[in-house]
Amino acid sequence: MQYLVSVIFDQPGLATPDEAAAIDVFNDQLVAEGHWVFAGGLASPSTATVIDNRGGEAMFTDGPFVETKEFIAGFWIIEAADLDVALKLAAEGSKACNRKVEVRPFL
Amino acid sequence: MSAVDVREAITQAHTREWARVVAALTRRFGDLDIAEEAAAEAFATAVERWPADGVPPNPGAWLTTTASRKAIDRIRREDKRDDKQKEAQMLYDDEPPEPLGAIEDERLRLIFICCHPALAMETRVALTLRMVGGLTVPEIARAFLVQETAMGQRITRAKAKIKAARIPYRVPSAEDLPGRVSGVLSVLFLVFNEGYLATGPDTDPVRPDLTGEAIRLTRLIRALMPQDGEVAGLLALMLLTEARRAARVSASGELVALAEQDRGAWDAALVAEGHRLVRERLATKVAPGRYQILAAINAVHTSARDVRDTDWSQVVALYDQLVRLDRSPIVALNRAVAVAELDGPQVALSAVDRLEGTLAGYHAYHATRADLLRRLGRGQQARAAYDKAIELAGNTAETAYLKRRRDQLG
Repeated sequence: MQYLVSVIFDQPGLATPDEAAAIDVFNDQLVAEGHWVFAGGLASPSTATVIDNRGGEAMFTDGPFVETKEFIAGFWIIEAADLDVALKLAAEGSKACNRKVEVRPFL
Repeated sequence: MSAVDVREAITQAHTREWARVVAALTRRFGDLDIAEEAAAEAFATAVERWPADGVPPNPGAWLTTTASRKAIDRIRREDKRDDKQKEAQMLYDDEPPEPLGAIEDERLRLIFICCHPALAMETRVALTLRMVGGLTVPEIARAFLVQETAMGQRITRAKAKIKAARIPYRVPSAEDLPGRVSGVLSVLFLVFNEGYLATGPDTDPVRPDLTGEAIRLTRLIRALMPQDGEVAGLLALMLLTEARRAARVSASGELVALAEQDRGAWDAALVAEGHRLVRERLATKVAPGRYQILAAINAVHTSARDVRDTDWSQVVALYDQLVRLDRSPIVALNRAVAVAELDGPQVALSAVDRLEGTLAGYHAYHATRADLLRRLGRGQQARAAYDKAIELAGNTAETAYLKRRRDQLG
């Protein structure tokens, strides 16, 4: 079972060196314990472009699809047996990156 | 067997077996929704068949078998068998049902999944009452003054989340257990409190259906986890509170304060059972948690045959102990009520006034102030405090009590 762990934050900008170091440790642990699928940090929402090609001609719009105070600053995709395992890992991830995270299961 | 006896047998089977049937089916089919629906159908079948066929010798086994057949029928009907369900179906034909309760009661898993921290508190309450308590959706909706469709959706969404997010059907690990048990106890305490001091202008002031259900479920958890001190504490607290129920509301529907209650009307058996539990916990010499301390406070109150015999210094000492565990202003407010008896209303009022910043929107804060001001002979200020308390109180019996007190001011 895979879960998306989104990192929620309200300011653009990189992790501090301490946060980055803690994230590295956490990522190594994910790999070692077989939970690692993928992870990445995202550039700020102002760098986003929305594409709508449902009408035959692709429309490009500058900016995120919805303006919010908080946004997704990065994410992990983890492999976990069940939600309890995912929540425990997400709690460690939140501590490591020093931000709130949200857990959502993949279908 | 008479029709009345059969009806009685069905009611009893529902009380005793509902959670077991749901738990066994959830284990077997890995799906709360299927388990709930099949259990409900099995009980409906019992209502149809038992009057004619007689009550089966082992009602629990009959209900589980019938519910399993219903579940398999549904899975066949829907023809979306995943591997687990296929496997369960094969098991069905040649294996007897798993023996229950040998090492770990299935119902414990059911309780923990319903009270999972990933679910909202109100959802945990609703799900526990439905899956473990066997209350119907309309009953739960009425209990919490919510539209039936809204309550139905809340439960449906919860079941869908449990399935999609794969909330595990198991008893938490030893390391997580204390936190998870405390989550279960909060759910039960919330159900009890809503019954004990029901909110809303059109509701009975006391809802024995809710207090009774909360006690029943807490007894069940106590039977499943007899070593847990806080489980025993919460049960004792509920019993000692429930014991005073008949004396708590007057014939005219007015709340009767503890000091004015007819102590002869208290339920002696419940008091004795509550006291036994408190003594049992004291004997362990293990540091008590908040429910055990609250139970001990209630044990002191219920030990006094007359309010004047109350050992107030003991009550205040217990509150001091509680304050160390729980810094909430509500605990400080309750402590002040006991302090008034020990050190006088002036000392208590100073303590209460310090809570204004956090409790100005809480009716009990104003009611407590009003009573202290009244005792200090500060009638005008007392009146203003009663007015504020009446404005904020949600319980009809309490409002009636506060109005009388206000109107009796000189």
